[in-house]
Amino acid sequence: MLAALTPEELTALGLSLKVSLWATLASLPLGLLAAYALARWRFPGHGLLNGLVHLPLILPPVVTGYLLLLAFGRQGWIGAPLWDWFGVTFAFRWTGAALAAAVMAFPLMVRAIRLAIEAVDPKLEQAAATLGAARPVVFLTVTLPLILPGIIAGAVLAFAKAMGEFGATITFVANIPGQTQTLPTAIYSFLQVPGGEAAAWRLVLISVAVALLALALSEWLSRRVAARIAGR
Amino acid sequence: MTLEIRLSHQFPGFRLEVELTAPPGLTCLFGSSGSGKTTVINAVAGLLKPDRADILLDGQPIHQLPPHKRGIGYVFQDARLFPHLTVLGNLTYAARIRRRAPKDLDRTVALLGIGALLDRRPGALSGGERQRVAIGRALLSEPRLILMDEPLAALDEARKAEILPHIETLRDVLGLPILYVSHALPEVARLATTIAVLDAGRLVAQGPAARLLSDPETASLLGLADAGAILSARIAAQEADGLTRVETGAGPLWLPRLTGAPGDPVRLRIAAQDVMLATDRPVGLSALNILSARILSLRPADATGMLVQLDLAGQPLLARVTQRSAQALGLTPGREVFAIVKSVAMARDGESAPEARG
Repeated sequence: MLAALTPEELTALGLSLKVSLWATLASLPLGLLAAYALARWRFPGHGLLNGLVHLPLILPPVVTGYLLLLAFGRQGWIGAPLWDWFGVTFAFRWTGAALAAAVMAFPLMVRAIRLAIEAVDPKLEQAAATLGAARPVVFLTVTLPLILPGIIAGAVLAFAKAMGEFGATITFVANIPGQTQTLPTAIYSFLQVPGGEAAAWRLVLISVAVALLALALSEWLSRRVAARIAGR
Repeated sequence: MTLEIRLSHQFPGFRLEVELTAPPGLTCLFGSSGSGKTTVINAVAGLLKPDRADILLDGQPIHQLPPHKRGIGYVFQDARLFPHLTVLGNLTYAARIRRRAPKDLDRTVALLGIGALLDRRPGALSGGERQRVAIGRALLSEPRLILMDEPLAALDEARKAEILPHIETLRDVLGLPILYVSHALPEVARLATTIAVLDAGRLVAQGPAARLLSDPETASLLGLADAGAILSARIAAQEADGLTRVETGAGPLWLPRLTGAPGDPVRLRIAAQDVMLATDRPVGLSALNILSARILSLRPADATGMLVQLDLAGQPLLARVTQRSAQALGLTPGREVFAIVKSVAMARDGESAPEARG
């Protein structure tokens, strides 16, 4: 199937995979922290954080993309200092596509991990403390192993979401072949030109396959969480 | 080692105020639910921060330490085994996080009879097995103090019978203070060397188990139906008909076969409601166990009953009779009577052992 793809289509697929992988891996630590904070800590601003994490799910993607452009563009309030001090920019680069994908996938990732953390009985963590484990040790030896399938499920979901991200990506980093053109934006481009339907179809099939695979994997992993916590 | 606890905590609705000393051996914190027992034990573990606390282990304060530095082994009512680890993984957890080899693993496994379970996951264990593994896990953390929060409450009678001997062994062998929370009197009578009775956040009685269980005053605090005395005795002979003769000092008792050699000490528990009184030595009675005793005191126990405290050649015995029969028989302090014992339970010896070792 891959052999039937043109170099341009292959580039789009490769870029999509790279963008999604980086979006998932880079946001995982922050996603874990946010999920743990939302599941376990009570602090002023709990509701605000919860809202903020879920915002990309509710906002029109084009709005999220525009806000990212305002913040991370060359003149943005985060983007300008990044460019001036480190020479780093997200605008119109594949890294920008990864940032947009990460932001859009973040709610799904946090939600999956949070559910896994909430399923862990804090009494087990108390028991670990009485056996001599300090807080970080309790997290590493009890909490983390128990939620690992949940973390993987969250990552898979985020990856699938990142693979399909369109609105925020095209608004933030445009649609430059070889630079920022991912599968969905490539499909969009092919559909804009006469005779592009065949190429679009091939990419559509690949997108569907990737999405189904990710969904099945995530289902299987969440069943593992339940079994693991039941101790079988 | 000795544990000293002084703590106070204000709950909505009631105040907990406790001052308690737990010597080596098993100290039972007894009380109804809501009396504050679990709060005390959790404060000792550091899982709960009371308003004020002084907790000393062998004279050294531990109340300022976080739970993981207190050196406690906590056995919870619900076992709380780690579901992602095997039984062996649970047992060696404390050693692994300290990066050393588990001490006494084989001995502990043998002591609790869990050798066949080591490769299993907690989800595949019965309630009794789970609780034995939890006890082993606590022991293998090399604690200076053991806490047990109703470890038998979630088990049926057969499972309880499976665990009780193990707890007795710990009590007699370890030389550590064990703080044991319970509201089940049979358990307390069998296990405790010291009893502290908690009621609505206050200690209403505390002292050696044998004295508290036979004192009519504290008997009513412990729950009247179960009031009874603990009697120290020695096995005298194993008789041919399957009975064991036990010498109490006030006469012999015959019990269904007890394990042990002549001369071995045994602790017997005789419930007040299993003792009948007669003013003359009864004849033509099927009961084997008749002891002569002297009445020390009588007090009303409830609307119709009396609790009679008896002296049995220096040892206390309690009998429960109706007020009507107390009047009819003319029972008064100082009077010599015969106590007919209908039923005797073993409360294995071990009261003196921990003290001797601690």
